[in-house]
Amino acid sequence: MLAARGLRKRFGPVLALDSVDLEIRPGEVLGLMGENGAGKSTLIKCLTGLHRPDAGTIERDGRPITLRSPRDAEALGVSTVHQEVHLIPHATVAENICLGREPRRNWLLGGSIRWRRVRERANAALARLGLALDVRREVSTLPLAIRQLVAIARALDIEARTLILDEPTSSLDRDEVERLFSTLRRLRGEGLGIVVVTHFLDQVYAIADRIAVLRDGRLVGAALAASLPRAELVAMMVGRAIAPAAARASSEAERPRAAALSARGLRRRGALDGVDLDVAAGEAVGLAGLLGSGRSETLRALFGADPIDEGAIEVSGRRHSIRSPGAAMRLGLAFLSEDRRGDGILPSLSVRDNLITALQAQRGILRRVGRREAAALADRLIASLRIKAPSASTPIARLSGGNQQKVLLARWLATDPRVLLLDEPTRGIDIGAKADVLALVASLREKGLAVVFVSSELEELAAACGRVVVLRDRRSVAQLRGADVDPSAMLAAVAAAPEGGARD
Amino acid sequence: MTDAASDPRGMARVLRAPATWALVALAALLVAGAVGSPGFLSVEMRDGRLYGTPIDILNHGSKVAIVAIGMTLVIATRGVDLSVGAVVAIASAIVATLVSQKGVAWPIAMAGALGAALLAGLWNGSLVTFLRLQPIVATLVLMVAGRGIAQLITDGQIVTVRDPAVAFLGNASLLLLPATVSALAVISALAWLGTRRTAFGLFLEAVGENERAARLSGIPVRPVLLVAYAACGLCAGVAGLIDCAYIRAADANNAGQLLELDAILAVVLGGTALTGGRFSLLGSVIGAMLMQTLTKVLYVFDVSADIAPAPKAAIVLAVCLLQSPTFRAACSRHLESARARLRPGTEARP
Repeated sequence: MLAARGLRKRFGPVLALDSVDLEIRPGEVLGLMGENGAGKSTLIKCLTGLHRPDAGTIERDGRPITLRSPRDAEALGVSTVHQEVHLIPHATVAENICLGREPRRNWLLGGSIRWRRVRERANAALARLGLALDVRREVSTLPLAIRQLVAIARALDIEARTLILDEPTSSLDRDEVERLFSTLRRLRGEGLGIVVVTHFLDQVYAIADRIAVLRDGRLVGAALAASLPRAELVAMMVGRAIAPAAARASSEAERPRAAALSARGLRRRGALDGVDLDVAAGEAVGLAGLLGSGRSETLRALFGADPIDEGAIEVSGRRHSIRSPGAAMRLGLAFLSEDRRGDGILPSLSVRDNLITALQAQRGILRRVGRREAAALADRLIASLRIKAPSASTPIARLSGGNQQKVLLARWLATDPRVLLLDEPTRGIDIGAKADVLALVASLREKGLAVVFVSSELEELAAACGRVVVLRDRRSVAQLRGADVDPSAMLAAVAAAPEGGARD
Repeated sequence: MTDAASDPRGMARVLRAPATWALVALAALLVAGAVGSPGFLSVEMRDGRLYGTPIDILNHGSKVAIVAIGMTLVIATRGVDLSVGAVVAIASAIVATLVSQKGVAWPIAMAGALGAALLAGLWNGSLVTFLRLQPIVATLVLMVAGRGIAQLITDGQIVTVRDPAVAFLGNASLLLLPATVSALAVISALAWLGTRRTAFGLFLEAVGENERAARLSGIPVRPVLLVAYAACGLCAGVAGLIDCAYIRAADANNAGQLLELDAILAVVLGGTALTGGRFSLLGSVIGAMLMQTLTKVLYVFDVSADIAPAPKAAIVLAVCLLQSPTFRAACSRHLESARARLRPGTEARP
């Protein structure tokens, strides 16, 4: 048994872990849950020797142990499979499984690697997972799910007694998840202690015997999965009780006005698994759901940034195939990404250049937005959105996060869009800018724009949106409207069991 | 510092402008040349054409400057084109072979050479755009293979050119200036019109700054990349015609040798960062001329060709340091504290 006792870890002013006690028992699958920043990764890194806790101990079978590196942890039988599968794509399966611990010949013989022994060991590790695979194949030729299993085989090769999986299913489809789970059950039967970190409610109930929840660095609770109702689990994760009266709203789609944007059965491998959405002109629709439920993915799919594999998208009543952001823009769509730095700003270009890029792309390369026009446009937008910048020619990287966000929003307003897709528009910006952005969204909606709004803050969704579509495990599962649009009803819908809330 | 730097007007803006420091270095070198050799800056008119060291500098710097203009577009997208030297060799081999050995009329031969250069650029662009190869690897392919192609075209020989029309670019004069300088003027004007009078310049900068953001803003990233590499190939093609005209022959082995490095250096000296984004065409031309001037000045001071690279490297380093905002900020901090110490009655800033 591996146990953490009173683990504490601080990064600067942030207390990432605060007296966490956790037991990982042999023959048991422990589901570790928590929202972003809850401390899951820090806990795992402490258990695998990547971080040293500031206080507290880690015990193996009742004896305290010190982990200075992942190698120490492996030597004690603790093995980890990280979210991004750490395999070398152009090496063979066998090489990957034995990498760094290849059986070698005597140094008198040059210490060369015993390749046949490597292959035998790889075969043995795969056989334990019930996987028949040519170990001489390159990993890059394998599908993602099989790579995941190879990574697990690598983790087991060290005679692991504890296996930690960090979001093992985030890029797998349903069948692949089932395959992974049956493997995990088999390993559990062999007496391994297994930790699965996941965001997916349905999956944690499918695989975990016990569920532990972290929030803000503290262990909020741990309970047997069978005796932990979903609503209670979600309440533990987000730190708020769900009102028992909160009724699940009708999932019947009634459309009061003609939809400006309408999506049916959006699917994309590893991202979306059946999302329906309608938004009318002058309406703001929220997307609610836990992290990884497909909120951002839905917006990216609608905007053509990650085009759908299946499904239908209608804009103003006509069906369109949106394969690129350029195509979406020409249909009057605008998309504000949650990743301001990575997807939004052009850091060393001026505020003015940042403001006109989308408009210029809309007009095409030959009809240049002239200097005077750009200056006038920039002045108007800077004034109307109250963007605080020394001047329009200041590089955008010098602005505060909130002002950068306003510039990016203004970039899209310059194109005169009909549908706004906003992904976490208020994340990481100060209170004042937050209020400005929300007020702006409200006034745009009143002017007749259709708005799709994604936010992790349920109060914000409730305040900004007249209707909320709830996503769970990459599907749309319910719809709330009117008086039902309040945080506790949303939580209830997010937590509802699949049979109750599924629309199909 | 922050206040001054964010002031859109005034000195700070000038100091931040990309081409400023190359221009300062150029002026300093010209002054140094004039000190070392009194006739250094004089220009005279003979036979309807200007003569003098400054004109020589322009003339000899034009080839690198033209290549550097194309290179600027590619570097703005956060790429690089290592194949320009090889493309120069190909273009020069094609025009020489067609005119001297196949008896093709000169306009067709030149068009053929430029067409091949354009194709080479499109090839590079396709590797980068569609196969997503890293630019340095993608263009390395043609850098190595291109010279072989040029050798194939000339059959391993040095092909001499007697056609006066082909040689025109190398020796004749046009509007008082050597024809190469006129060619540079035309290419610069076209490049400026193409990037600054259309939105192409903004698109290049956006792609170089943040390709994902550019794509999400609806900018057609792939065509932009493709055109940048194609234009770079075309510029190298023009440089190939000049090279062939200048030596009145095509030498597949030596034409454009190491030109890619000179061009990259000219771009960097001109204030365009290798990390892409904001670019300055004028800066690149000045950068090319700066290096040519340096060669002349070292000649004036009798620095032997063997050790010339050392002072060259020193000047390049100085210009690059002056362009770096980090370095300038550190300098002005030191100046401030020195000033504070000298001023009586005030405390030195910590």
